[in-house]
Amino acid sequence: MNVRTEQKLAFSVLFLCTVLVVLPVLVILGIIVVKGGSALNWGFLTAMPRAGMTAGGIMPAILGTLYLVMGAVLFAVPLGVLSAIYLVEYSREGRISRLIKLAIVNLAGVPSVVYGLFGLGVFVVFLGMGASILSGSLTLGIMILPVIITASREALESVPRSFRVVSLSLGASRWQTIRYAVLPHAIPGILTGTILGLGRAAGETAPILFTVAAFYLPKLPQSMFDQTMALPYHLYVISTQVPGVPENIRFGTALVLLLLVLTLNLAAILLRYRFRKRKRW
Amino acid sequence: MVAPTTTCISAKDLTLHFGTTCALRSLSLDIRKNEIFTIIGPANSGKSSFLQALNRLNDLQVGYREEGTIELDGVNIRSIDIEQLRARVGIVFALPFPLPMSIYDNITYGPRMHGLRNRARLDDIVERSLSESFLWDEVKDRLHAPAMNLSGGQQQRLCIARILAVEPEVILFDEPTSGLDPISTARVEETMRILRSRYTIVLVTNNVAQAARVGDRTAFFLMGELIELDGTSVIFTTPSDRRTDDYVTGKFG
Amino acid sequence: MSTDERRLATKVRKVREFLIERTIFVSGITSIVIVALIFIFLLKEGLSIFLTESVFDFLGGQFWYPISDPAVFGILPLIAGSVLVTVGAAILSVPIGIASALYIAEIAPPRTKEVLKAGIELLAAIPSVIIGFIGMVTLGPLIKDLFDIPTGLTALTGSLTLAFMAMPTIVSIAEDAITAVPRQYREAAIAMGATKWQTTWKIVAVAARPGMVAAVMLGMGRVIGETMAVMMVTGNAALIPHSFLQPVRTLTATIAAEMGETVQGGDHYAALFAIGIVLFIITFLINAVTDLYLHRSVRK
Repeated sequence: MNVRTEQKLAFSVLFLCTVLVVLPVLVILGIIVVKGGSALNWGFLTAMPRAGMTAGGIMPAILGTLYLVMGAVLFAVPLGVLSAIYLVEYSREGRISRLIKLAIVNLAGVPSVVYGLFGLGVFVVFLGMGASILSGSLTLGIMILPVIITASREALESVPRSFRVVSLSLGASRWQTIRYAVLPHAIPGILTGTILGLGRAAGETAPILFTVAAFYLPKLPQSMFDQTMALPYHLYVISTQVPGVPENIRFGTALVLLLLVLTLNLAAILLRYRFRKRKRW
Repeated sequence: MVAPTTTCISAKDLTLHFGTTCALRSLSLDIRKNEIFTIIGPANSGKSSFLQALNRLNDLQVGYREEGTIELDGVNIRSIDIEQLRARVGIVFALPFPLPMSIYDNITYGPRMHGLRNRARLDDIVERSLSESFLWDEVKDRLHAPAMNLSGGQQQRLCIARILAVEPEVILFDEPTSGLDPISTARVEETMRILRSRYTIVLVTNNVAQAARVGDRTAFFLMGELIELDGTSVIFTTPSDRRTDDYVTGKFG
Repeated sequence: MSTDERRLATKVRKVREFLIERTIFVSGITSIVIVALIFIFLLKEGLSIFLTESVFDFLGGQFWYPISDPAVFGILPLIAGSVLVTVGAAILSVPIGIASALYIAEIAPPRTKEVLKAGIELLAAIPSVIIGFIGMVTLGPLIKDLFDIPTGLTALTGSLTLAFMAMPTIVSIAEDAITAVPRQYREAAIAMGATKWQTTWKIVAVAARPGMVAAVMLGMGRVIGETMAVMMVTGNAALIPHSFLQPVRTLTATIAAEMGETVQGGDHYAALFAIGIVLFIITFLINAVTDLYLHRSVRK
């Protein structure tokens, strides 16, 4: 075979493989939009479920997911950003920083169901918080910690060294330098990481299974010590546990969850893209 | 009024290491108050390392070690609070590094970090420092414009103004005109000459002619050693060391 | 500003900054603390199973009858389920993923490349419960009809779904590794008359091999830990499978499906935590080994 045709053939195969990776995304999106679009209306988003979840809306699940995600971010963002500041600005290359990096890599690889077990063992049982929004938020927060730390680290590292040197040379302290000369320029990157973390927390089911999620609740949670319904768990429940849920409600629920998660991720991608283009140093 | 011969900075038996390389070997010298002390020498002569030892910026480098002592007004700089030291010994770098904020915020950065919040006093500081660095007339109408928009020469004078705003005693210039055109360079040199009456100035330069133009005394460094230190005119006309003569006449460097 | 004012302001500031810097240090080591806490709590809740079931019987036991009387806790069927599904996913996703990484990194024009990378990122973002749901309602019936078997929820369905879910990890990490190959390698090969394809395959792909290995390992780590999707599409039969067309149950799915029915502190509860220990150790090893391997090859 001549080298030209060989190259053509090889490139076609590679291209086909790429199509195989990307095409299913479009197929999934297509199916969900087509089959779930008809369920999507204001009533579906704002009504309580009725008739054993075979009719009505999914408002409590949406609200529950929003609560959980907010709680997770409130916990994980300060902790994650401070942790990244330690790694980038304070730790010298050495055993501790190496160990921290290894721990972050491992946290990112821990299966989500194991986070669920951890949340159950620590928050629900050991700390006596019970199955509650608080336990669920903390569990999700710990799960997205590596995402936040990694994004914040990259954001801090992208701030030029000269900003730090100038600030220190003017007699600013180390913390002032971080606070006034470094952190403001890392905010877009940290924000991107936060939004990605939001998306991840919104879509996860396994960590909330034993820490907060309720099969069905007739009323909305009143405090952070209550259980709540949540979108991803609700989708699991109505698609595997409850017989006779109409197709458009199941696909409609999937569509709402997908829209929520993809919007967040798209926002993060666009934010990062704009930030990279605008950067002037 | 301080007598012109009072010692301001005194280095004793100073040796600097970066990792395994020795940047400066047992250097001893005195810098007097209100003089322009220039240091010349080829690349890797240790002149910049010496300069950045004076306000402990070398401490930021991984693997930096220092032996010997540096005194500022008779006090070991290691026993001065590091932020106070850096406020008293300011530095202007080879490249102007304006912070990505407005002109006004760049100038007030130092004073604000030292706790000054009073708006009127900050305004005064901005006008005074910019006037002293001859930038006031050019920028007084756009103090809140981004400092990054200024030209290279203006940026360098902004950096000088930024140092003046913290009211230092000593100003270190680390090859401050290496990126500038001749007109901007002349302006910066003029600024230095005027500042001399109120500050002690240490100038490290690659530009031998610049040392001849502005220096009161000049030191010649070569490969981490002080070869010769004398009045600038002596260094440039009748140096006692052969290598100094070769360097200032352009035989190497 | 007077020196007295300066001194006072400095003093107040120093105390505050000392506290802030302590907080930063404590936050800095949180990751280590959390990894340790996860392990400790898994052990705390799970170790008691080994009072009734020996480690050997637990890991090697062929029967998982958690609610019979007496209960039997052998996780071999679950391990077999996880392994089968993972191997299946690897066979599918590794070649396709690497090929697509090569295409994106080396061949795709810049614009296409940006779009494809964003697409891969969005793929990674789709919640696993949605992929499980779609797999259940589309892939399941398809496989049932195709092979004419009683249920479409099989190990094969799980492998296909997981292969798809491993793609973002494999493609993006492999793509990074390929992009990181120095340009001089390519230029030298082209200068010697190699075609673009020869350069890509014989030079670039070889140079990027360590990164590709890491990509595959991390992808498999993701597959082993995947829970919701796999629970929804594999049929959940805790039996040692003999073919890809049988229902299986994985380690993760067992925990997710059964924890709700257990009594806290009971044997079944402890056994599920013990499965968590096994999973934690597997993923810990995969990640630690990959990380060390990557660092070593970077230093080289």
